[in-house]
Amino acid sequence: MVINVDENTHFSILNKKVRESRDAEVTINGCIGQRYIATGLSGKKITINGTPGNALGAYLNGCDVVVNGNAQDATGDTMNGGAIIIHGNAGDATGYAMRGGKIYIKGNTGYRAGIHMKAYRDLKPIIVVGGRAGSFLGEYQAGGIIVVLGQNDDGLPIMNNFCGTGMHGGVMYLRCEKLPHRIPSQISAEVVFGEDIPELVEIVRDYCTYFPEYDSEMLLKANYTVLRPDTKNPYKQMYTDN
Amino acid sequence: MDMFIPAEYEVVRNPELCIACRVCERQCSNEVHKYDKDLGKMIADSTKCVNCHRCVCLCPTHALKIVKSDDTYRLNSNWSVQTMNEVYRQAGSGGVLLSSMGNPNDYPIYFNKILVNASQVTNPPIDPLREPMETTVYLGKKDVEIKRDIEGKLVDTLPPQLKLTTPIMFSAMSYGSISYNAHESLARAAEELGIFYNTGEGGLHRDFYKYSKNTIVQVASGRFGVHEEYLKAAAAIEIKMGQGAKPGIGGHLPGMKISDEVSATRMIPKGIDAISPAPHHDIYSIEDLRQLIYTLKEATAYTKPVIVKIAAVHNVAAIASGVARSGADIIAIDGFRGGTGAAPTRIRDNVGIPIELALAQVDERLRQEGIRDSVSVVVAGSIHSSADVVKAIALGADACYIGTAALLALGCHLCRSCHTGKCNWGIATQRPDLVKRLNPEIGYKRLVNLVRAWSHEIQEMMGGMGLNSIEALRGNRLMLRGVGLNETELNILGIKHAGA
Repeated sequence: MVINVDENTHFSILNKKVRESRDAEVTINGCIGQRYIATGLSGKKITINGTPGNALGAYLNGCDVVVNGNAQDATGDTMNGGAIIIHGNAGDATGYAMRGGKIYIKGNTGYRAGIHMKAYRDLKPIIVVGGRAGSFLGEYQAGGIIVVLGQNDDGLPIMNNFCGTGMHGGVMYLRCEKLPHRIPSQISAEVVFGEDIPELVEIVRDYCTYFPEYDSEMLLKANYTVLRPDTKNPYKQMYTDN
Repeated sequence: MDMFIPAEYEVVRNPELCIACRVCERQCSNEVHKYDKDLGKMIADSTKCVNCHRCVCLCPTHALKIVKSDDTYRLNSNWSVQTMNEVYRQAGSGGVLLSSMGNPNDYPIYFNKILVNASQVTNPPIDPLREPMETTVYLGKKDVEIKRDIEGKLVDTLPPQLKLTTPIMFSAMSYGSISYNAHESLARAAEELGIFYNTGEGGLHRDFYKYSKNTIVQVASGRFGVHEEYLKAAAAIEIKMGQGAKPGIGGHLPGMKISDEVSATRMIPKGIDAISPAPHHDIYSIEDLRQLIYTLKEATAYTKPVIVKIAAVHNVAAIASGVARSGADIIAIDGFRGGTGAAPTRIRDNVGIPIELALAQVDERLRQEGIRDSVSVVVAGSIHSSADVVKAIALGADACYIGTAALLALGCHLCRSCHTGKCNWGIATQRPDLVKRLNPEIGYKRLVNLVRAWSHEIQEMMGGMGLNSIEALRGNRLMLRGVGLNETELNILGIKHAGA
């Protein structure tokens, strides 16, 4: 099914068409800021040409969503499964409380990406950012994997401030040797050569199959700063029974 | 220096009656009681006692009572024993004081200073035993344009509504904070009564999907247990922005309380702290709230009402106005007396405002702005009785949430020790040996009894006022008078003083 939209198309009309379409593949042309596309959907392949609005793929449960353009804020909120592939940049709060599936971004992402990301049983969410990430990356991260590859060409560091605040699970692989500015005390950091991390090798190779403009060998032949929390129970000592 | 803090309550055993059957010993998870072989009798360590009355209730010979200890520090009207002990505890541990259930302090209870009207002579009272008395309430957005098709027939444009047979629901209590058996009791009672219970931010256990028609599911900042099926199963979805017991802060479920079942229901790993951040980190404005509301509406194809729950705080009327414009179908307001499974003592006891004042102001503001019909209002935070329900509705509520009262029906004795996870009544615990003490078969019937009894009383009071529909009571403040309230309080409540 092909749905052509323009700036006059209300999101509820577009989303109803997508939701009720019986086709396994849906293409949206001319997308211009329509919100909530693919919210709570499963079992479809959705290609979006243009710029989807906020909350693309919230509660996504198994769709493949490809964005030929940029995505805005809150992409993949509480996503449970599936893939969101963005051939551009993504806005703030990408992958909020994401529990499963993957979000691959060719370019940069904004503030608070991967915040409150978690893992559960065989579900292990993955966010890969080709460029750089904004402040508060992985805040409250409780599980899952965040990879930032730093292929931005603006000369800026691959992340801003307050990376990993409140992190208590999961892992971050940052393609840089310099520790992020002001990382919190409950996080341990080490520098490891990319090719020596099997989990990372698998993810980066998979990522590059979607973005042929990147070379996985080149990306992996570099040192990565690996951030992990050193406690699962950061607040245990904080309270006194009264 | 290890500071000894004397027992607040003392276990008193009548040696004439005690038969040393050791029931008390087996029933106490705090290990207060034990049998002393050398002495040949039961002894008790009162310092461990939380005064939950489990042993008193189960002692077959009624040999036990718990009394307030008369041990005291030098009396001081400024520094109470409790306050001094809190300083000792914090000096010893460096920790934030943690408490549970609602604020127990001596603040005014406005419901107790409001009286209800009754008819005499003209507009006579109605007898609910012989006249139909409507307590059914529909919660949801009602301000829709009336549309007709070309044949002139009405087009149904009404957004989804929740139908309650009586204006009472069970408030949000998560699986994790309360037990499986407590949840089952609430779910079954809600189904039997034609009302709703609320999962809180703890996910919906697989076994309880069968009660989903009577289930409100919650979406909070940690998004625990939130997934497509959970949203689609529910009767309504509640976004938790705040909680009366702890406005402005989030929650930490310690890793040790995350059992296999709790982990599966919240969809989080075992043993890792479950942290609900204070804010939703994607909500910084009413527009952002609107965005979350619409993701939920889109995910459920606009078939379910969305509730936004906020704590009653100083600017609650302005906040509620914003929420009403955000696309929410129902606003739930939780007053400062609202309960909790765990909250920092200082927050619980010092933050927020009474629900009566918050409700009166919210209803007033929404009316002034002409948007009262665009949302329903549900209130919570110590609804003690059917009289409080009647007063809340007359102050402008559509329905009430009850939490503490429901737990009392299940056996809770308000010992306020939920955060220890050792609830002897099988309610606020995940320990299998304790959970099984609460029989859901009995628990659900007690909840049904309570709500039915309250509903009868509501009908009696409505009849007394000459009203035969709960809708006619909503916001009907002429039915209320204050006693012993000052001018400011009366103005805020929008009621006259008794006699006026």
